[in-house]
Amino acid sequence: MQNLNHLLLKELTLELRRKSVISGLLLYLFSTAFICYLTFSLRQNQITPLVWSALFWITILFTVINTVAKSFIGEKKGRDIYYYSISSPEAIIISKVIYNFLLTLILSFTGFILFALLLKNPIVDLGLFSLVLALGAMGFSSSLTLISGIAAKANNSHILMAVLSFPIVISVLLIVVKVTKNCIDGLDRSVSTNDLVTLLAINCLVTAASYLLFPYIWRS
Amino acid sequence: MKTWLKVLATLLLLYTIVAGFLFDVPRLNIVNETIRALYFHVPMWFGMVVLFLVSTVYSIQYLRNPSIEKDIYAVEFANTGLLLGLLGIVTGMIWANYTWGSPWHGDPKQNGAAISLLVYLAYFVLRGSVENEDQRARLSAVYNIFAFSAMIPLIFVIPRMTSSMHPGSGGNPGFNMYDLDSKMRMVFYPAVAGWILLGVWIASLRIRVRLIDEKIQNLENE
Repeated sequence: MQNLNHLLLKELTLELRRKSVISGLLLYLFSTAFICYLTFSLRQNQITPLVWSALFWITILFTVINTVAKSFIGEKKGRDIYYYSISSPEAIIISKVIYNFLLTLILSFTGFILFALLLKNPIVDLGLFSLVLALGAMGFSSSLTLISGIAAKANNSHILMAVLSFPIVISVLLIVVKVTKNCIDGLDRSVSTNDLVTLLAINCLVTAASYLLFPYIWRS
Repeated sequence: MKTWLKVLATLLLLYTIVAGFLFDVPRLNIVNETIRALYFHVPMWFGMVVLFLVSTVYSIQYLRNPSIEKDIYAVEFANTGLLLGLLGIVTGMIWANYTWGSPWHGDPKQNGAAISLLVYLAYFVLRGSVENEDQRARLSAVYNIFAFSAMIPLIFVIPRMTSSMHPGSGGNPGFNMYDLDSKMRMVFYPAVAGWILLGVWIASLRIRVRLIDEKIQNLENE
């Protein structure tokens, strides 16, 4: 537990010191949203709510994959060995998942604000949508962190990261897109309860799997 | 694999083919004679899931107690599962072409199936891009377990929650409703057993070839 706090603090301070990474990601997000805006500014009314939701989630997905990918791929070889000598693998994976969750959460909400400003805001039920963003961020971070650990050990890790993560993330993405549609239509919240519970269950499943499996990959 | 199992598999599949094409089936609107695809399409999916499950079990065993044999078992069961999955998707597309009007209908079950095949294709890409043998076995075992646990909601849970035209999901009845006199069951259950046994047979042959290869390599190295 002590270890976990330290590791988490270390990730956060490291992030705040190297501002270039987070600002790079925010710029990435902004550029994508801006490109969407420019392409659709030719004919504003063409963005139906469903197109909006597709664009939004694709943008978030790619930003998040890039964000989480750096959690293991960017690390230097020597530093890995140092971490592993001072703490348990479980603490490392959990701290990385929590840290990635925070980062993904910030990016998702920033993305939403950008999309609402540049394109338009079709979301009727904002409260529910925030919950969906949070649960989605949880799903993305928990499933992608382990994948990034696997990809970091292999050759051409950046391509591999995308290939390995898409099939795993899709189950989260499908539910999230479905609930987003409910938020756009302003349906009653009870309609989406089932999906949200399923999403939460998938998140727990994936986090538990990462927790159990990570000790086996860091040894190599 | 034991010889009697091989004989059993052959007999069951012969029975499936003969009985599947010749026995009486319920006459239903739209579905008509295509209901016979049930004896081929559905058991192939069952076979795929069983083979992937076996592959995952070997991956878990590998992580607990690493050895090359277990890695080979896991890979070859996944390979054969992929083959059955491809056959299942093709037979499903043929069936869908006659009943739904087009081979690819964007049904949640179809999409889920396609994604689960993507998972295992990604598994083979991963194996291709790691050079160190131990590391390859360990990483792919971890990915196999992770992917299988992420696949369960995809093909078993989500299709049941969304609207779908596929029997057995989205509130549609499975074949229980059509099969009033249980005649279809007489062919369906043997078909399931037959296809699964065939899958295991193919996998065990491939495993034997791989193990012999491994042995030859070891002898050459000495």
